Amino acid sequence: MSQAVVSINYKKSVIDAVIAGLLALIVFGPIVGIVLDGYDFNAEPERLMWIVLTVMAGRLAASVFFQTSKGAAFLYKHSSKEEGVHVLPPGHKSKLRWIIPLTIVIALLVPFIASKYILTVVILGLIYVLLGLGLNIVVGLAGLLDLGFVGFYAIGAYGLALGYEHLGLGFWSMLPISAIIAAIFGAILGFPVLRMHGDYLAIVTLGFGEIIRLVLTNWTEVTQGPNGMNAPLPTFFGMEFKRRASEGHVPFHEFFGIPYSSVYKYIFIYLVLLLVVLGVLYVKKRLTKMPIGRAWEALREDEIACRSLGLNHVLVKLSAFMIGASTGGLAGVFFATYQGFVNPSSFTFFESALILAIVVLGGMGSTLGVVIAAFVLTVAPELLREFADYRVLAFGMLMVLMMIWKPRGLVRMTRTGVEQREGNVK
Amino acid sequence: MDIILQQLVNGLSLGSVYGLIAIGYTMVYGIIGMINFAHGDVYMVSAYVTAIAIALLSFFGIESFPVVILGTLIFTIFVTGVYGWVIERVAYRPLRGSSRLSILISAIGMSLILQNYVQISQGAKQQGVPTLLSGAIRFDVGDGFVQLTYMKLFILCASFIGMGVLTYIIQKTKLGRMCRATQQDPKMASILGIDTDKIISTVFVIGATMAALAGVLVTLDYGGFDFYVGFIIGIKAFTAAVLGGIGSLPGAMLGGIILGLSEALFAGLISSDYKDVFSFSLLVIILIFRPSGLLGKPEVEKV
Amino acid sequence: MSQDSILKVDNLVMHFGGIKALNDVNFEIKRGSVSALIGPNGAGKTTVFNCLTGFYKATGGNIMLDACGKTTSVIQVLGEPFQASDFLNPVAFAKRLKYKMFGGSHLVNRAGLSRTFQNIRLFKEMSVVENLLVAQHMRANRSLIAGILNTKAYKKSEEEALERAFYWLGVVDLKDFANRLAGELSYGQQRRLEIARAMCTNPEIVCLDEPAAGLNPSETEALTKMIRVLRDQHNTTVLLIEHDMGMVMNISDYIVVLDHGEVIAKGGPEDIKSNPKVIAAYLGAEEGEEVTL
Repeated sequence: MSQAVVSINYKKSVIDAVIAGLLALIVFGPIVGIVLDGYDFNAEPERLMWIVLTVMAGRLAASVFFQTSKGAAFLYKHSSKEEGVHVLPPGHKSKLRWIIPLTIVIALLVPFIASKYILTVVILGLIYVLLGLGLNIVVGLAGLLDLGFVGFYAIGAYGLALGYEHLGLGFWSMLPISAIIAAIFGAILGFPVLRMHGDYLAIVTLGFGEIIRLVLTNWTEVTQGPNGMNAPLPTFFGMEFKRRASEGHVPFHEFFGIPYSSVYKYIFIYLVLLLVVLGVLYVKKRLTKMPIGRAWEALREDEIACRSLGLNHVLVKLSAFMIGASTGGLAGVFFATYQGFVNPSSFTFFESALILAIVVLGGMGSTLGVVIAAFVLTVAPELLREFADYRVLAFGMLMVLMMIWKPRGLVRMTRTGVEQREGNVK
Repeated sequence: MDIILQQLVNGLSLGSVYGLIAIGYTMVYGIIGMINFAHGDVYMVSAYVTAIAIALLSFFGIESFPVVILGTLIFTIFVTGVYGWVIERVAYRPLRGSSRLSILISAIGMSLILQNYVQISQGAKQQGVPTLLSGAIRFDVGDGFVQLTYMKLFILCASFIGMGVLTYIIQKTKLGRMCRATQQDPKMASILGIDTDKIISTVFVIGATMAALAGVLVTLDYGGFDFYVGFIIGIKAFTAAVLGGIGSLPGAMLGGIILGLSEALFAGLISSDYKDVFSFSLLVIILIFRPSGLLGKPEVEKV
Repeated sequence: MSQDSILKVDNLVMHFGGIKALNDVNFEIKRGSVSALIGPNGAGKTTVFNCLTGFYKATGGNIMLDACGKTTSVIQVLGEPFQASDFLNPVAFAKRLKYKMFGGSHLVNRAGLSRTFQNIRLFKEMSVVENLLVAQHMRANRSLIAGILNTKAYKKSEEEALERAFYWLGVVDLKDFANRLAGELSYGQQRRLEIARAMCTNPEIVCLDEPAAGLNPSETEALTKMIRVLRDQHNTTVLLIEHDMGMVMNISDYIVVLDHGEVIAKGGPEDIKSNPKVIAAYLGAEEGEEVTL
């Protein structure tokens, strides 16, 4: 790149800004400037003016910036798509080996220091960590865009509620069963559709997620439709966390002779959930280093090459799909028990988009990134209540900007290196 | 019998609307191979713009039906067309050459942005437009009757005119030739001096205008809408595009009409609660057994 | 099929829409030989390759692969359409259904044939070693439980896979690049890595699609040596498509010449060199004119 002094063409920048302003006026004019009120309308010129001015100022600033040498360098950096992945030297010790035990200790202490409200927020965060991990296997590792992930989440949640209602099964038996059922649904859906190429897969899975929701809404005899169903709480060695236990059970607080508090049940759910999340994290870490994990990534890179190496692409994809689905199912069970109640409105496409945003922000395939992103995206809206309306807008912008700026997410993927050794064929 | 005929009439007008929206999916897919996930929301925006145009016109005291409808159409098509252009410029052009996954995620992001932005600006409540055109033609069939409202008739005429004009543009004009060339081989087209970025923008604008036409027609017919209407109709229109063979313009029309008819029959004869489930299942089944659709060309895998 | 031929192609026909890309192609490849498939551009070499390796489903004919102690019909494992008689014969039906559901080009590889690609297809964002480990998928310990618990048997199997990977890296002279991303390697290195990856699947026959394309003379020389190593030390049959006639004549035991979708000549390098039909096909010369290759 030449080091010559770059002259800035201000005239061009101003023209750019005026054009952007005009476009903004056309685009935002009707929707923002004129608010429908019955068959009538209210004009809102002031906020329209602010938006148009912001767009113009932004365009002007961007136009000037990109003409400076710094801006040009910035553009150059981001127009070359090479980025991100690098191989760690063999025997690399990650700083995380100090942070992980520390985090686990803190996480174990959380329920005893935090208030009930914070505890519920953290539980929700952990549920989204599970969902993010599940989807990350499917999208990040195997490269399959699944827009119906919420379907498996719903299967898990309704699995608990239906199992309790119709079969009398509790939390502990439904936890594994729901995961298995979700995996089976994943297989049933996946087997025919995984031969399709990526974009079609996205739409079909989206349709699948909607079908599940519509069935849950309309099949009122079984699911009680939009009214929803009750979900049971977990029990601690048969002890219940209610004020008064049902027939033949002892309430937790009576057994230990402590006064009743609704916090206990959240503490218990939290601890169980934490264990499950840690387990899933460990399993996922192992999976990425195992033949199956390598096969997923290879499939994402080049499907044809994989087939030429003897990998059955459909079955490899299916395994990713099923493992992802079962993780979603687990998350669903926790969601149901945490809420004590499920109804179809919790499982709209928006949930799928939120989970996808977690994966996108955290970095495709990166475990650490997903954990952080899940907390950021679920806890931040809780803290910023007054901006709750803008949540979806923020997620959408986040997805677009991330794809333009850092398609691989904030946390860089690394690959483990191996020591050189003597070659040997048997 | 009269129920079936009535459903066929309804299905035909519904299907032509699906076809109009499907054009946007199919053309964009044909030219850059992406599913424009935000297209359904462009349709939703056009529904709002329609209502705003009608409100504005009545504010200025214009009540005569032809003037109102013409003014609304022009205004809505223009504004929505600009939306199409801006969306492409902001969310898709910076990603030219990225992986398909990135582009699709960006499109989903755009869809969320549009939905939420409209919700914030206009409120979450259901909106509506006054009935401008009422009355119907009745046919006696056996004991019952079948009615074709003037509005449905208008939808059918307007959408066929819209499609006719589009077919003419694509088949006969220089712009259409450049579009087709870019669709066949973007690299070669740009070597021959075609500004492919401009053509891609044009295709987005065309898709948006067709969605706008559909938006005006449906809004006038049904009256009510909210910020969420784009989602379901978007998937349905996509199903229509796939059914007809994605990338094929006549396919989109045909797919739209077949989907509209079969959905209306399903709703009339079996269950209207599950009519969306029916459409989604249809989509899955087509993609499994005939991914190239009715009129599409099968894809040959390049090794 | 005679014992010493590993691959037998009979009456192979391939149509794309109305275009006849291959028209009755017949040849046999001897076990342990280095054979070459040559022909002018557009003769159908890559199409034959893609049919052999299961990436195209041939319109007609037979491809029999005799490797790994059994005979495999390449066309059958790709999954054929059902026929009326299948509905009366449950065994045939079950077999066809099985291949229709689970069949595909991966079964060709599992039957002992592996390939490389004309436009290199490596896993670009995975490390060089990982590329070779993926190729050993079918031999690895794929038990989920063993892997998650990191059992002894699993560790042993992974260690063996790594050793095998390093062995092949040694053969293709890429040992020092083991921990680089495959996409970072130079063109020649990528070509060699692709061959190593194909060999990691433990094939009895390896099909190389223009392995010397884009290589300089010294790299081509090294490649020639490598191909000899494959044949002499590993008993691997090699079938290659190549445009570099010097190299083809140098290493091939047997050459099949294709033109316009038909085999116009086959035989040893000396026969091919002097075959007037081949010369005509390559140079567009009249038959009988004296041209030397």
